Amino acid sequence: MTALCLYVEGIGVWSPHLGDFAALRAMLAGQATAKNDAPVAALLPANERRRAPESVRLAVEVAGQALAMSGRDPTTLACVFASAHGDQSITDAICSTLVEAPTQLSPTRFHHSVHNAPAGYWTIATGCRAPSSATCAGSHTFGAALLEAATQALAEQRPVLLVCSDIAGRGPLLEMTGCDRAFGCALLLTPEAGVNTLAQLRLQIANEHAAPTPAPVALAGDAVGNPATAALPLLASLVAGAGACRIGCATEMDLLTTVEAAA
Amino acid sequence: MTPLAVSASTVSSALGCGLAAQRDALREGRSGLRRNDFGSAPWLGWVGRVDGVEAVTLPPALVDWDCRNNRLAWLGLQQDGFVDRVQAARERYGAHRVALLLGTSTASIGATEEAYCRLDADGRFPVDLRRPALHAPDSLSAFARAALALEGPSLTLSTACSSSAKVFASATRMLALGLADAVVVGGVDSLCDNVLFGFNALELISPAACRPFDAARDGISIGEAAGFALLERIDAAPHAPRLLGYGEASDAWHMSSPHPDGHGAELALEAALARGGLRASQVDYVNLHGTASRANDAMEAALVARRFPAGTRASSTKGCTGHTLGAAGIVEATIALQAIEHGFVPGNVGATTPDPACGAQFAWTCEERPVDVALSNSFGFGGNNACLVFGRAP
Repeated sequence: MTALCLYVEGIGVWSPHLGDFAALRAMLAGQATAKNDAPVAALLPANERRRAPESVRLAVEVAGQALAMSGRDPTTLACVFASAHGDQSITDAICSTLVEAPTQLSPTRFHHSVHNAPAGYWTIATGCRAPSSATCAGSHTFGAALLEAATQALAEQRPVLLVCSDIAGRGPLLEMTGCDRAFGCALLLTPEAGVNTLAQLRLQIANEHAAPTPAPVALAGDAVGNPATAALPLLASLVAGAGACRIGCATEMDLLTTVEAAA
Repeated sequence: MTPLAVSASTVSSALGCGLAAQRDALREGRSGLRRNDFGSAPWLGWVGRVDGVEAVTLPPALVDWDCRNNRLAWLGLQQDGFVDRVQAARERYGAHRVALLLGTSTASIGATEEAYCRLDADGRFPVDLRRPALHAPDSLSAFARAALALEGPSLTLSTACSSSAKVFASATRMLALGLADAVVVGGVDSLCDNVLFGFNALELISPAACRPFDAARDGISIGEAAGFALLERIDAAPHAPRLLGYGEASDAWHMSSPHPDGHGAELALEAALARGGLRASQVDYVNLHGTASRANDAMEAALVARRFPAGTRASSTKGCTGHTLGAAGIVEATIALQAIEHGFVPGNVGATTPDPACGAQFAWTCEERPVDVALSNSFGFGGNNACLVFGRAP
């Protein structure tokens, strides 16, 4: 196959150490960054923000950052929300309730447990009637979702908002997921260059599997346990304005990503 | 869009294992629903349970994936020679050129529930269930990729009850860009306490067998199912039925109820027809989402009345299979394909007093008639809508 060629118009990132893309840039430049308590998710109306589970607030926070950078209209913007584990906190709570008092299961908690809860909240908050999706692929969740979003952007010739995030797990499930810290990122991908283009992104599938590109040393502490941090090497390339990395998108299949300045 | 060949398919649900069991049941207007005999809530409504799942044994190389959902997936893969068809595609194109896109909402959450029931003295998962890959929402795709020995792109879509319809859209895009030469699509959802008590909490479960589009309908019956299809370019299977179009849209309305005016459903329908280059009047049969919830069926009956002529036939088959949630898209895709292949319109089983909102399009009993173009609706929580159009090879 020939390489998939796209453009990046918006970037969002959030972790307890990184409030946004500017903070990532600062951290890679060796500057101290502020600690964040929780993702704000400013795009959600206040009452929704109170109700929304943590997984939704994290996804909406990074999605909102990427959208703001691009200046796009969200009502017609397709979106792909990826998460390796979904809302682990809700899974833990529901499974505990099912053991202790199954008929006490909260209806709100149940509909928050669907994997597309972030996509649902996002489309409701932004009035988006475009296609929305929710995906997962284990440790390859970011790479597989990047391929899915890029494919949609190019095959349908429309911008696509890609979000990949996982919150910290809790309870007995945590030993299985091994995901003990929150991380989320978002990329607004377009098939054509425009006035707000930040960089060009090329993707190529590689069938010979090799070790994925490690995260930059400054981010090594963040790149543990949370599958969404597989995006960090690509995010670092976007900070630098150029760079190449290898990201797993399936078992024994990688995406070779190349970032360069838009022509 | 360029139509694609659906060169193989299979389905297993409460109607039985394999396509023939489904076709015969639909023609006879038979329901596979039974009084709930699953899990810790036998009083909770009726269910569409697949017989024989408990007795399925996974091969030794796959035992780490053992759970109800993957047993059902394995049972489903064995029907209709589907595994052989995938193997032929693998040999023809190479394992890395066959992609796998599956939809599920439950995945193997039933195994996670079981682990919480049997926590050890230290509050940890029991030793036999300390299998991290099983307690993740992509467990179905990871299992199926291993079971089918595929090495192409792979992804789980989990948009609640539209999951295994949307995989057809993603597969179409992947084939259009040349990322694969064939795509295995499908979905598996299995009965578990999570969905039974969850829908119970939402007061959406009928105490009796569900009655889609009945004036007195009072909720859904949850089912389980496994279904798969193989999509290829037309030259690989010129006589196979075809995927002509797909549409996807969001309601932007509510997390657990559809937009009352069906905005998102209608956008998905319009997108599917546009991709297929079709007018609504060219659609012979619409397999409706028709869950038997008050809200869905009111919205969808109005959509059918507003958009289709009386000559288009429409029915829900959830009175036969139950609502198989994340597997509903693939189950109903195979029903649409069978309507085309065998020339019949399944009846809307379960309704005895039609909702007056239903138009002349509704097929209340099975009709033997040619079907050249069949459409399938799938709508999920979060206002996630998908519509697929299938057609006969010319």
